Amino acid sequence: MQVFFQKDIETMPRKELEALQLQKLKAAVAYCYHHTSFYRERLDKAGVGDGSRIKQLSDIQYIPYTTKDDFRDHYPFGLMAVPMKEVVRIHASSGTTGKPTVGVYTREDLDIWSDCVARVAVAGGVTAEDIVQISFGYGLFTGALGLHYGLEKIGATVIPASSGNTEKQMMMFRDFGVTGLVATPSYALYLSEAVKEAGYPMSAYKLRLGILGSEPCTPEMRDQIEENLGIYVSDNYGMTELGGPGVAGDCPMRQGMHFAEDHFLPEIIQPETGERLGEGEMGELVVTTLSKVGMPVLRYRTKDITSITYEPCPCGRTHARMSKTAGRTDDMLIIKGVNVFPTQIESVLIGTPHIGPHYQLVVRRKNYRDTLEVRVELINADLLDHYRELEALQRGLHDRLKSVLGLEAKVTLVQPKTLERFQGKAKRILDLRDQPEEE
Amino acid sequence: MSVQQLSVFVENKQGGLAEVTRALAQEKINILALSIADTTDYGVLRMIVDRPEEAAEILKAQNAAVALTDVLAVKMPNHPGGLDGAVQALSKENIGIEYMYAFVCPLPGEACMVFRVEDREKAGKVLEDAGYLQLVTSDLYER
Repeated sequence: MQVFFQKDIETMPRKELEALQLQKLKAAVAYCYHHTSFYRERLDKAGVGDGSRIKQLSDIQYIPYTTKDDFRDHYPFGLMAVPMKEVVRIHASSGTTGKPTVGVYTREDLDIWSDCVARVAVAGGVTAEDIVQISFGYGLFTGALGLHYGLEKIGATVIPASSGNTEKQMMMFRDFGVTGLVATPSYALYLSEAVKEAGYPMSAYKLRLGILGSEPCTPEMRDQIEENLGIYVSDNYGMTELGGPGVAGDCPMRQGMHFAEDHFLPEIIQPETGERLGEGEMGELVVTTLSKVGMPVLRYRTKDITSITYEPCPCGRTHARMSKTAGRTDDMLIIKGVNVFPTQIESVLIGTPHIGPHYQLVVRRKNYRDTLEVRVELINADLLDHYRELEALQRGLHDRLKSVLGLEAKVTLVQPKTLERFQGKAKRILDLRDQPEEE
Repeated sequence: MSVQQLSVFVENKQGGLAEVTRALAQEKINILALSIADTTDYGVLRMIVDRPEEAAEILKAQNAAVALTDVLAVKMPNHPGGLDGAVQALSKENIGIEYMYAFVCPLPGEACMVFRVEDREKAGKVLEDAGYLQLVTSDLYER
Protein backbone atom coordinates (compact mmCIF):
# COMPACT_ATOMS: atom_id res chain seq x y z
CA MET A 1 0.00 0.00 0.00
CA GLN A 2 1.14 3.52 -0.76
CA VAL A 3 2.24 5.22 2.45
CA PHE A 4 3.27 8.67 1.28
CA PHE A 5 2.15 10.86 -1.58
CA GLN A 6 5.33 12.97 -1.67
CA LYS A 7 7.77 10.98 0.43
CA ASP A 8 10.83 13.21 -0.07
CA ILE A 9 8.97 16.23 1.21
CA GLU A 10 6.90 14.52 3.88
CA THR A 11 9.92 12.87 5.49
CA MET A 12 12.46 15.65 4.86
CA PRO A 13 14.87 16.06 7.82
CA ARG A 14 13.68 18.92 10.05
CA LYS A 15 16.85 20.96 9.55
CA GLU A 16 16.35 20.97 5.79
CA LEU A 17 12.63 21.62 6.21
CA GLU A 18 13.27 24.62 8.43
CA ALA A 19 15.85 26.01 6.02
CA LEU A 20 13.27 25.66 3.25
CA GLN A 21 10.64 27.37 5.41
CA LEU A 22 12.93 30.31 6.18
CA GLN A 23 13.72 30.81 2.53
CA LYS A 24 10.03 30.55 1.58
CA LEU A 25 8.93 32.82 4.45
CA LYS A 26 11.24 35.60 3.26
CA ALA A 27 9.98 35.17 -0.26
CA ALA A 28 6.33 35.16 0.93
CA VAL A 29 6.77 38.38 2.93
CA ALA A 30 8.46 40.07 -0.02
CA TYR A 31 5.73 38.81 -2.34
CA CYS A 32 2.95 40.14 -0.08
CA TYR A 33 4.79 43.44 0.29
CA HIS A 34 5.13 43.97 -3.42
CA HIS A 35 1.74 42.67 -4.52
CA THR A 36 -0.84 43.92 -2.00
CA SER A 37 -1.27 47.40 -0.58
CA PHE A 38 -2.89 45.86 2.51
CA TYR A 39 0.27 43.98 3.50
CA ARG A 40 2.63 46.72 2.38
CA GLU A 41 1.00 49.21 4.76
CA ARG A 42 0.92 46.70 7.61
CA LEU A 43 4.51 45.57 7.12
CA ASP A 44 5.83 49.13 6.81
CA LYS A 45 3.98 50.15 9.94
CA ALA A 46 5.46 47.20 11.86
CA GLY A 47 8.95 48.00 10.59
CA VAL A 48 9.30 44.65 8.83
CA GLY A 49 9.25 46.13 5.34
CA ASP A 50 9.77 43.61 2.56
CA GLY A 51 11.14 41.03 5.01
CA SER A 52 14.74 41.20 3.84
CA ARG A 53 15.89 41.52 7.46
CA ILE A 54 14.26 38.23 8.48
CA LYS A 55 17.17 36.06 9.65
CA GLN A 56 15.44 33.19 11.45
CA LEU A 57 11.97 31.62 11.57
CA SER A 58 11.20 33.18 14.96
CA ASP A 59 11.52 36.63 13.36
CA ILE A 60 8.00 35.94 12.12
CA GLN A 61 6.89 37.34 15.48
CA TYR A 62 7.47 40.88 14.16
CA ILE A 63 4.88 40.43 11.41
CA PRO A 64 1.37 41.65 12.33
CA TYR A 65 -1.48 39.13 12.56
CA THR A 66 -4.16 38.85 9.89
CA THR A 67 -7.71 38.17 11.11
CA LYS A 68 -11.07 37.15 9.72
CA ASP A 69 -12.10 40.80 10.06
CA ASP A 70 -9.33 41.77 7.65
CA PHE A 71 -10.88 39.39 5.11
CA ARG A 72 -14.32 40.93 5.74
CA ASP A 73 -13.07 44.51 5.60
CA HIS A 74 -11.37 43.81 2.28
CA TYR A 75 -14.20 41.70 0.89
CA PRO A 76 -14.16 40.36 -1.71
CA PHE A 77 -10.77 40.80 -3.43
CA GLY A 78 -8.79 43.30 -1.34
CA LEU A 79 -6.23 40.69 -0.25
CA MET A 80 -5.74 39.33 -3.74
CA ALA A 81 -2.13 39.48 -4.97
CA VAL A 82 -2.61 38.77 -8.69
CA PRO A 83 -4.70 40.27 -11.48
CA MET A 84 -8.05 38.47 -11.91
CA LYS A 85 -6.85 37.21 -15.27
CA GLU A 86 -4.54 34.79 -13.45
CA VAL A 87 -7.25 33.55 -11.14
CA VAL A 88 -8.82 30.29 -12.28
CA ARG A 89 -11.14 29.59 -9.34
CA ILE A 90 -12.97 31.42 -6.58
CA HIS A 91 -14.22 29.74 -3.41
CA ALA A 92 -15.90 31.21 -0.36
CA SER A 93 -16.59 30.15 3.20
CA SER A 94 -20.04 28.99 4.22
CA GLY A 95 -20.54 32.33 5.94
CA THR A 96 -21.75 30.68 9.16
CA THR A 97 -20.57 33.70 11.11
CA GLY A 98 -21.39 36.58 8.78
CA LYS A 99 -20.24 37.65 5.32
CA PRO A 100 -18.43 34.85 3.49
CA THR A 101 -14.66 34.98 3.25
CA VAL A 102 -13.33 34.62 -0.25
CA GLY A 103 -10.37 32.62 -1.51
CA VAL A 104 -8.91 32.91 -5.01
CA TYR A 105 -6.69 30.36 -6.73
CA THR A 106 -4.22 30.55 -9.55
CA ARG A 107 -3.44 27.39 -11.51
CA GLU A 108 -0.35 26.88 -9.36
CA ASP A 109 -2.43 27.29 -6.18
CA LEU A 110 -4.83 24.57 -7.35
CA ASP A 111 -1.92 22.28 -8.11
CA ILE A 112 -0.34 22.69 -4.67
CA TRP A 113 -3.72 22.45 -2.97
CA SER A 114 -4.48 19.12 -4.61
CA ASP A 115 -0.99 17.89 -3.59
CA CYS A 116 -1.76 18.77 0.03
CA VAL A 117 -5.15 17.02 -0.10
CA ALA A 118 -3.58 14.00 -1.80
CA ARG A 119 -1.04 13.74 1.04
CA VAL A 120 -3.84 13.74 3.62
CA ALA A 121 -5.88 11.21 1.67
CA VAL A 122 -2.95 8.83 1.14
CA ALA A 123 -2.06 9.12 4.83
CA GLY A 124 -5.71 8.20 5.52
CA GLY A 125 -5.35 5.04 3.42
CA VAL A 126 -6.77 6.06 0.03
CA THR A 127 -5.22 4.35 -3.01
CA ALA A 128 -5.82 4.51 -6.76
CA GLU A 129 -8.09 1.46 -6.33
CA ASP A 130 -10.59 3.29 -4.14
CA ILE A 131 -14.01 4.53 -5.16
CA VAL A 132 -14.68 7.58 -3.04
CA GLN A 133 -18.05 9.23 -2.58
CA ILE A 134 -17.82 12.91 -1.74
CA SER A 135 -20.84 13.71 0.41
CA PHE A 136 -19.77 17.25 1.20
CA GLY A 137 -22.01 19.90 -0.27
CA TYR A 138 -20.49 21.09 -3.57
CA GLY A 139 -20.53 24.75 -4.46
CA LEU A 140 -18.48 27.61 -3.09
CA PHE A 141 -17.37 25.50 -0.12
CA THR A 142 -13.72 24.43 -0.43
CA GLY A 143 -14.23 20.96 1.07
CA ALA A 144 -15.92 19.16 -1.79
CA LEU A 145 -13.82 20.38 -4.72
CA GLY A 146 -10.66 20.31 -2.60
CA LEU A 147 -11.07 16.62 -1.85
CA HIS A 148 -12.32 16.01 -5.37
CA TYR A 149 -9.13 17.22 -7.05
CA GLY A 150 -6.83 15.74 -4.41
CA LEU A 151 -8.42 12.30 -4.77
CA GLU A 152 -8.31 12.46 -8.56
CA LYS A 153 -4.62 13.30 -8.30
CA ILE A 154 -4.06 10.01 -6.45
CA GLY A 155 -6.01 8.24 -9.17
CA ALA A 156 -8.95 7.27 -6.98
CA THR A 157 -12.41 7.13 -8.56
CA VAL A 158 -14.43 10.12 -7.40
CA ILE A 159 -18.24 10.24 -7.08
CA PRO A 160 -19.33 13.86 -6.64
CA ALA A 161 -22.47 12.93 -4.69
CA SER A 162 -22.78 16.19 -2.73
CA SER A 163 -24.74 16.11 0.53
CA GLY A 164 -28.38 15.25 1.14
CA ASN A 165 -30.74 12.59 -0.18
CA THR A 166 -29.61 9.89 2.21
CA GLU A 167 -31.44 7.08 0.40
CA LYS A 168 -29.56 7.88 -2.79
CA GLN A 169 -26.27 8.16 -0.93
CA MET A 170 -26.79 4.64 0.41
CA MET A 171 -27.90 3.34 -2.96
CA MET A 172 -24.65 4.59 -4.50
CA PHE A 173 -22.66 3.03 -1.66
CA ARG A 174 -24.15 -0.33 -2.60
CA ASP A 175 -24.51 -0.07 -6.37
CA PHE A 176 -21.18 1.63 -7.14
CA GLY A 177 -19.16 -0.43 -4.67
CA VAL A 178 -18.04 2.69 -2.81
CA THR A 179 -14.99 2.08 -0.61
CA GLY A 180 -14.39 5.56 0.77
CA LEU A 181 -16.58 8.30 2.18
CA VAL A 182 -15.82 12.01 2.41
CA ALA A 183 -18.23 13.89 4.68
CA THR A 184 -18.50 16.00 7.80
CA PRO A 185 -18.32 13.85 10.94
CA SER A 186 -21.93 14.70 11.81
CA TYR A 187 -23.20 13.69 8.37
CA ALA A 188 -21.08 10.52 8.44
CA LEU A 189 -22.67 9.66 11.78
CA TYR A 190 -26.12 10.31 10.37
CA LEU A 191 -25.39 8.16 7.31
CA SER A 192 -24.00 5.41 9.53
CA GLU A 193 -27.27 5.29 11.47
CA ALA A 194 -29.26 5.30 8.24
CA VAL A 195 -27.16 2.40 6.90
CA LYS A 196 -27.91 0.38 10.01
CA GLU A 197 -31.61 1.10 9.67
CA ALA A 198 -31.83 0.50 5.92
CA GLY A 199 -31.72 -3.21 6.70
CA TYR A 200 -29.25 -4.38 4.05
CA PRO A 201 -26.57 -6.75 5.34
CA MET A 202 -23.23 -5.03 5.86
CA SER A 203 -21.85 -7.31 3.13
CA ALA A 204 -23.83 -5.17 0.66
CA TYR A 205 -21.38 -2.36 1.41
CA LYS A 206 -17.69 -2.24 0.51
CA LEU A 207 -16.92 0.86 2.57
CA ARG A 208 -13.50 0.69 4.21
CA LEU A 209 -12.44 4.24 4.98
CA GLY A 210 -13.66 7.73 5.70
CA ILE A 211 -11.87 11.05 5.23
CA LEU A 212 -13.86 13.35 7.45
CA GLY A 213 -13.44 17.05 7.95
CA SER A 214 -14.78 20.60 7.99
CA GLU A 215 -15.77 20.39 11.64
CA PRO A 216 -14.08 18.93 14.73
CA CYS A 217 -14.44 15.19 15.29
CA THR A 218 -13.87 13.86 18.80
CA PRO A 219 -12.18 10.44 19.15
CA GLU A 220 -15.45 9.14 20.63
CA MET A 221 -17.46 10.27 17.61
CA ARG A 222 -14.83 8.80 15.31
CA ASP A 223 -15.02 5.45 17.13
CA GLN A 224 -18.78 5.41 16.79
CA ILE A 225 -18.66 6.10 13.03
CA GLU A 226 -15.96 3.46 12.59
CA GLU A 227 -17.99 0.91 14.49
CA ASN A 228 -21.29 1.63 12.73
CA LEU A 229 -19.84 1.52 9.21
CA GLY A 230 -16.90 -0.82 9.78
CA ILE A 231 -14.50 1.76 8.32
CA TYR A 232 -11.21 3.46 9.24
CA VAL A 233 -11.63 7.19 9.73
CA SER A 234 -9.01 9.89 9.39
CA ASP A 235 -9.39 13.53 10.22
CA ASN A 236 -7.97 16.54 8.42
CA TYR A 237 -7.79 20.25 8.91
CA GLY A 238 -8.15 23.32 6.78
CA MET A 239 -10.15 26.48 6.21
CA THR A 240 -11.16 28.76 3.36
CA GLU A 241 -8.77 31.54 4.39
CA LEU A 242 -5.84 29.12 4.09
CA GLY A 243 -7.13 27.61 0.85
CA GLY A 244 -9.33 24.80 2.19
CA PRO A 245 -8.68 21.24 3.35
CA GLY A 246 -5.20 19.72 3.27
CA VAL A 247 -3.47 22.13 5.66
CA ALA A 248 -2.97 19.21 8.07
CA GLY A 249 -4.14 15.62 8.31
CA ASP A 250 -3.98 12.40 10.32
CA CYS A 251 -1.30 9.81 9.62
CA PRO A 252 -1.86 6.12 10.46
CA MET A 253 -0.62 6.78 14.03
CA ARG A 254 -3.50 9.22 14.55
CA GLN A 255 -1.57 11.04 17.23
CA GLY A 256 -2.00 14.49 15.78
CA MET A 257 -2.44 15.86 12.27
CA HIS A 258 0.72 16.59 10.24
CA PHE A 259 0.91 20.05 8.71
CA ALA A 260 2.03 20.40 5.12
CA GLU A 261 4.88 22.41 6.58
CA ASP A 262 6.54 23.17 3.27
CA HIS A 263 3.42 25.18 2.37
CA PHE A 264 2.11 26.32 5.77
CA LEU A 265 4.05 27.66 8.75
CA PRO A 266 2.15 27.09 12.01
CA GLU A 267 2.51 28.88 15.35
CA ILE A 268 0.56 28.79 18.62
CA ILE A 269 -0.28 31.98 20.49
CA GLN A 270 -2.07 32.97 23.65
CA PRO A 271 -5.41 34.20 22.22
CA GLU A 272 -5.91 37.09 24.65
CA THR A 273 -2.39 38.53 24.72
CA GLY A 274 -1.05 37.42 21.34
CA GLU A 275 2.10 36.06 23.04
CA ARG A 276 3.83 33.20 21.20
CA LEU A 277 3.60 29.86 23.03
CA GLY A 278 5.99 26.93 23.00
CA GLU A 279 5.77 23.34 21.79
CA GLY A 280 2.94 21.39 23.43
CA GLU A 281 1.20 24.44 24.87
CA MET A 282 -2.51 24.90 24.10
CA GLY A 283 -3.44 28.12 22.37
CA GLU A 284 -4.76 29.63 19.16
CA LEU A 285 -3.32 28.31 15.92
CA VAL A 286 -1.78 30.94 13.64
CA VAL A 287 -0.78 29.97 10.10
CA THR A 288 1.32 31.67 7.43
CA THR A 289 0.99 30.42 3.86
CA LEU A 290 4.38 29.88 2.23
CA SER A 291 3.36 29.00 -1.32
CA LYS A 292 0.08 30.75 -2.08
CA VAL A 293 0.06 33.03 -5.07
CA GLY A 294 -3.54 34.22 -5.51
CA MET A 295 -4.29 35.18 -1.93
CA PRO A 296 -1.33 34.67 0.40
CA VAL A 297 -1.89 35.13 4.13
CA LEU A 298 0.62 36.18 6.76
CA ARG A 299 0.03 34.96 10.33
CA TYR A 300 -3.63 34.18 10.00
CA ARG A 301 -5.43 33.80 13.34
CA THR A 302 -7.50 30.67 12.84
CA LYS A 303 -9.41 30.92 16.17
CA ASP A 304 -8.87 27.18 16.57
CA ILE A 305 -7.51 26.04 19.91
CA THR A 306 -4.84 23.36 19.64
CA SER A 307 -1.19 22.56 20.40
CA ILE A 308 1.75 21.66 18.15
CA THR A 309 4.46 19.05 18.55
CA TYR A 310 7.68 18.73 16.53
CA GLU A 311 8.49 15.29 17.99
CA PRO A 312 9.42 12.74 15.31
CA CYS A 313 6.37 10.64 14.42
CA PRO A 314 6.65 6.82 14.17
CA CYS A 315 5.02 7.06 10.73
CA GLY A 316 8.18 8.63 9.35
CA ARG A 317 6.76 12.08 8.61
CA THR A 318 8.88 14.90 9.96
CA HIS A 319 6.29 17.64 9.62
CA ALA A 320 4.86 19.13 12.83
CA ARG A 321 1.63 17.74 14.21
CA MET A 322 -1.34 19.59 15.69
CA SER A 323 -3.55 17.94 18.29
CA LYS A 324 -7.27 17.63 17.61
CA THR A 325 -8.75 21.10 17.97
CA ALA A 326 -10.24 21.58 21.41
CA GLY A 327 -12.73 23.98 19.85
CA ARG A 328 -12.82 27.40 18.29
CA THR A 329 -12.50 30.60 20.22
CA ASP A 330 -15.79 31.36 18.37
CA ASP A 331 -17.62 28.22 19.55
CA MET A 332 -16.38 28.54 23.05
CA LEU A 333 -19.26 29.17 25.37
CA ILE A 334 -18.65 31.09 28.54
CA ILE A 335 -21.19 29.80 31.02
CA LYS A 336 -21.07 31.20 34.54
CA GLY A 337 -17.54 32.33 33.70
CA VAL A 338 -16.43 28.80 32.79
CA ASN A 339 -15.02 28.16 29.31
CA VAL A 340 -16.99 25.34 27.70
CA PHE A 341 -16.28 23.75 24.33
CA PRO A 342 -19.09 21.68 22.77
CA THR A 343 -16.50 19.00 21.97
CA GLN A 344 -15.99 18.40 25.72
CA ILE A 345 -19.69 17.71 26.12
CA GLU A 346 -19.70 15.51 23.05
CA SER A 347 -16.91 13.32 24.43
CA VAL A 348 -19.02 12.60 27.52
CA LEU A 349 -22.23 11.92 25.60
CA ILE A 350 -20.81 9.68 22.90
CA GLY A 351 -19.31 7.28 25.44
CA THR A 352 -22.61 6.86 27.27
CA PRO A 353 -24.83 3.83 26.63
CA HIS A 354 -28.62 4.06 26.18
CA ILE A 355 -28.56 7.49 24.53
CA GLY A 356 -28.09 8.54 20.92
CA PRO A 357 -25.03 10.44 19.64
CA HIS A 358 -26.96 13.58 18.71
CA TYR A 359 -27.35 16.38 21.19
CA GLN A 360 -28.38 19.98 21.62
CA LEU A 361 -27.00 22.51 24.07
CA VAL A 362 -29.35 25.19 25.34
CA VAL A 363 -27.88 28.11 27.25
CA ARG A 364 -30.26 30.40 29.10
CA ARG A 365 -29.99 33.25 31.54
CA LYS A 366 -32.33 33.19 34.48
CA ASN A 367 -32.16 35.73 37.30
CA TYR A 368 -28.80 36.88 35.90
CA ARG A 369 -27.41 33.37 36.16
CA ASP A 370 -26.45 31.23 33.18
CA THR A 371 -27.85 27.75 32.91
CA LEU A 372 -26.81 24.97 30.57
CA GLU A 373 -29.23 22.33 29.42
CA VAL A 374 -27.97 19.29 27.54
CA ARG A 375 -30.66 17.54 25.53
CA VAL A 376 -30.04 13.93 24.50
CA GLU A 377 -32.16 11.24 22.91
CA LEU A 378 -33.13 8.19 24.92
CA ILE A 379 -32.67 5.25 22.55
CA ASN A 380 -32.85 2.24 24.83
CA ALA A 381 -36.54 1.86 25.70
CA ASP A 382 -35.82 -1.04 28.03
CA LEU A 383 -34.89 1.51 30.64
CA LEU A 384 -38.52 2.64 30.79
CA ASP A 385 -39.43 -0.37 32.85
CA HIS A 386 -37.16 0.70 35.67
CA TYR A 387 -37.48 4.23 36.79
CA ARG A 388 -34.28 4.12 38.76
CA GLU A 389 -32.28 3.21 35.65
CA LEU A 390 -33.62 6.27 33.87
CA GLU A 391 -32.74 8.37 36.88
CA ALA A 392 -29.31 6.74 37.13
CA LEU A 393 -28.69 7.54 33.45
CA GLN A 394 -29.57 11.18 33.99
CA ARG A 395 -27.61 11.45 37.21
CA GLY A 396 -24.58 9.70 35.69
CA LEU A 397 -24.55 12.12 32.74
CA HIS A 398 -24.96 15.06 35.06
CA ASP A 399 -22.07 13.91 37.27
CA ARG A 400 -19.72 13.21 34.37
CA LEU A 401 -20.53 16.53 32.71
CA LYS A 402 -19.82 18.22 36.01
CA SER A 403 -16.43 16.58 36.36
CA VAL A 404 -15.45 17.35 32.76
CA LEU A 405 -16.82 20.90 32.59
CA GLY A 406 -16.68 21.92 36.23
CA LEU A 407 -20.23 23.14 35.83
CA GLU A 408 -23.76 22.02 36.68
CA ALA A 409 -25.72 21.09 33.58
CA LYS A 410 -29.31 20.00 33.43
CA VAL A 411 -29.66 16.79 31.45
CA THR A 412 -32.93 16.38 29.56
CA LEU A 413 -33.93 13.14 27.92
CA VAL A 414 -35.97 13.50 24.76
CA GLN A 415 -37.64 11.07 22.38
CA PRO A 416 -35.51 9.22 19.83
CA LYS A 417 -34.89 10.97 16.48
CA THR A 418 -36.37 14.27 17.54
CA LEU A 419 -33.15 16.33 17.68
CA GLU A 420 -32.09 17.91 14.43
CA ARG A 421 -29.70 15.97 12.16
CA PHE A 422 -27.15 17.92 10.15
CA GLN A 423 -25.89 17.29 6.64
CA GLY A 424 -23.22 19.98 6.71
CA LYS A 425 -21.71 21.70 9.69
CA ALA A 426 -23.66 20.88 12.82
CA LYS A 427 -25.31 23.69 14.76
CA ARG A 428 -25.94 22.20 18.14
CA ILE A 429 -25.88 25.27 20.33
CA LEU A 430 -28.96 27.29 21.16
CA ASP A 431 -27.87 30.37 23.08
CA LEU A 432 -30.96 32.12 24.40
CA ARG A 433 -29.14 34.51 26.71
CA ASP A 434 -29.86 37.57 24.58
CA GLN A 435 -33.55 36.80 24.54
CA PRO A 436 -36.09 37.97 27.10
CA GLU A 437 -36.29 35.70 30.12
CA GLU A 438 -38.89 33.00 30.19
CA GLU A 439 -41.36 33.41 33.04
CA MET B 1 -49.31 -16.11 33.43
CA SER B 2 -49.06 -12.41 32.90
CA VAL B 3 -50.39 -9.33 31.20
CA GLN B 4 -48.36 -7.26 28.72
CA GLN B 5 -47.77 -3.69 29.73
CA LEU B 6 -46.77 -0.89 27.40
CA SER B 7 -44.35 1.75 28.77
CA VAL B 8 -44.03 4.95 26.76
CA PHE B 9 -41.58 7.81 27.28
CA VAL B 10 -43.47 11.11 27.18
CA GLU B 11 -41.62 14.41 27.05
CA ASN B 12 -42.96 17.10 29.30
CA LYS B 13 -43.98 19.48 26.54
CA GLN B 14 -47.21 20.83 25.19
CA GLY B 15 -49.07 18.05 23.42
CA GLY B 16 -46.62 15.32 24.45
CA LEU B 17 -49.30 13.06 25.88
CA ALA B 18 -51.80 14.03 23.17
CA GLU B 19 -49.48 12.62 20.49
CA VAL B 20 -49.59 9.22 22.15
CA THR B 21 -53.31 9.12 22.82
CA ARG B 22 -54.15 10.36 19.33
CA ALA B 23 -52.02 7.69 17.68
CA LEU B 24 -53.71 4.97 19.71
CA ALA B 25 -57.19 6.36 19.14
CA GLN B 26 -56.68 6.53 15.37
CA GLU B 27 -55.77 2.86 15.27
CA LYS B 28 -58.67 1.98 17.58
CA ILE B 29 -56.47 0.66 20.36
CA ASN B 30 -58.45 0.47 23.57
CA ILE B 31 -56.75 1.51 26.79
CA LEU B 32 -57.94 -0.47 29.74
CA ALA B 33 -55.62 0.72 32.45
CA LEU B 34 -53.17 3.57 32.69
CA SER B 35 -50.71 5.01 35.13
CA ILE B 36 -48.29 7.86 34.66
CA ALA B 37 -45.18 8.48 36.68
CA ASP B 38 -43.73 11.91 36.15
CA THR B 39 -40.75 14.09 36.92
CA THR B 40 -40.47 17.73 35.91
CA ASP B 41 -38.90 16.77 32.57
CA TYR B 42 -40.65 13.69 31.36
CA GLY B 43 -43.14 11.04 32.27
CA VAL B 44 -43.38 7.33 31.76
CA LEU B 45 -46.85 6.29 30.72
CA ARG B 46 -47.74 2.71 31.56
CA MET B 47 -50.75 1.15 29.92
CA ILE B 48 -52.64 -2.08 29.56
CA VAL B 49 -54.17 -2.09 26.08
CA ASP B 50 -56.09 -4.61 24.03
CA ARG B 51 -53.43 -5.10 21.29
CA PRO B 52 -50.12 -4.36 23.03
CA GLU B 53 -47.72 -5.45 20.29
CA GLU B 54 -49.56 -3.51 17.60
CA ALA B 55 -49.74 -0.46 19.87
CA ALA B 56 -45.96 -0.64 20.43
CA GLU B 57 -45.33 -0.66 16.67
CA ILE B 58 -47.66 2.28 16.09
CA LEU B 59 -45.88 4.35 18.71
CA LYS B 60 -42.40 3.36 17.56
CA ALA B 61 -43.30 4.54 14.09
CA GLN B 62 -43.87 7.95 15.68
CA ASN B 63 -40.33 7.90 17.14
CA ALA B 64 -41.55 7.20 20.65
CA ALA B 65 -39.40 5.18 23.04
CA VAL B 66 -41.59 2.20 23.87
CA ALA B 67 -41.05 -0.95 25.93
CA LEU B 68 -43.24 -4.02 26.39
CA THR B 69 -42.96 -5.89 29.67
CA ASP B 70 -44.86 -8.64 31.39
CA VAL B 71 -46.53 -7.61 34.59
CA LEU B 72 -48.60 -9.44 37.16
CA ALA B 73 -52.32 -8.59 37.16
CA VAL B 74 -54.67 -10.00 39.77
CA LYS B 75 -58.33 -9.71 40.55
CA MET B 76 -59.11 -7.85 43.79
CA PRO B 77 -62.22 -8.52 45.80
CA ASN B 78 -64.14 -5.27 46.01
CA HIS B 79 -64.39 -4.94 49.81
CA PRO B 80 -62.35 -3.45 52.68
CA GLY B 81 -59.10 -5.31 53.17
CA GLY B 82 -59.08 -6.70 49.65
CA LEU B 83 -55.81 -5.02 48.73
CA ASP B 84 -54.31 -5.40 52.17
CA GLY B 85 -54.42 -9.19 51.97
CA ALA B 86 -52.39 -9.18 48.75
CA VAL B 87 -49.79 -6.68 49.97
CA GLN B 88 -49.42 -8.52 53.29
CA ALA B 89 -48.83 -11.81 51.47
CA LEU B 90 -46.10 -10.28 49.27
CA SER B 91 -44.52 -8.51 52.23
CA LYS B 92 -44.35 -11.73 54.25
CA GLU B 93 -42.37 -13.34 51.44
CA ASN B 94 -40.07 -10.30 51.17
CA ILE B 95 -41.23 -9.48 47.65
CA GLY B 96 -40.69 -5.78 46.97
CA ILE B 97 -43.16 -3.89 44.80
CA GLU B 98 -41.58 -1.49 42.32
CA TYR B 99 -44.86 0.09 41.35
CA MET B 100 -48.53 -0.83 41.18
CA TYR B 101 -51.76 0.60 39.90
CA ALA B 102 -55.41 -0.33 40.02
CA PHE B 103 -58.08 -0.37 37.34
CA VAL B 104 -61.68 -1.29 36.94
CA CYS B 105 -62.07 -4.89 35.95
CA PRO B 106 -64.42 -5.79 33.11
CA LEU B 107 -65.78 -8.49 35.40
CA PRO B 108 -68.63 -6.90 37.31
CA GLY B 109 -68.09 -6.18 40.98
CA GLU B 110 -64.35 -6.71 40.90
CA ALA B 111 -61.26 -4.51 40.80
CA CYS B 112 -57.91 -5.35 39.22
CA MET B 113 -54.42 -4.54 40.36
CA VAL B 114 -51.18 -4.51 38.38
CA PHE B 115 -47.99 -5.29 40.29
CA ARG B 116 -44.45 -4.77 38.99
CA VAL B 117 -42.17 -6.98 41.07
CA GLU B 118 -38.70 -8.45 40.54
CA ASP B 119 -39.77 -12.10 40.66
CA ARG B 120 -43.10 -12.27 38.88
CA GLU B 121 -43.40 -16.07 38.99
CA LYS B 122 -42.89 -16.22 42.72
CA ALA B 123 -45.16 -13.26 43.44
CA GLY B 124 -47.89 -14.84 41.29
CA LYS B 125 -47.68 -18.03 43.24
CA VAL B 126 -47.75 -16.24 46.60
CA LEU B 127 -50.86 -14.34 45.59
CA GLU B 128 -52.62 -17.40 44.23
CA ASP B 129 -51.89 -19.22 47.49
CA ALA B 130 -53.46 -16.28 49.30
CA GLY B 131 -56.58 -16.71 47.19
CA TYR B 132 -56.05 -14.04 44.51
CA LEU B 133 -56.82 -14.92 40.90
CA GLN B 134 -54.19 -14.03 38.28
CA LEU B 135 -55.33 -12.55 34.99
CA VAL B 136 -54.03 -12.88 31.45
CA THR B 137 -54.63 -10.39 28.66
CA SER B 138 -57.52 -12.38 27.21
CA ASP B 139 -59.39 -12.25 30.55
CA LEU B 140 -59.46 -8.52 30.19
CA TYR B 141 -60.93 -8.40 26.71
CA GLU B 142 -63.09 -11.38 26.06
CA ARG B 143 -66.38 -10.52 27.57
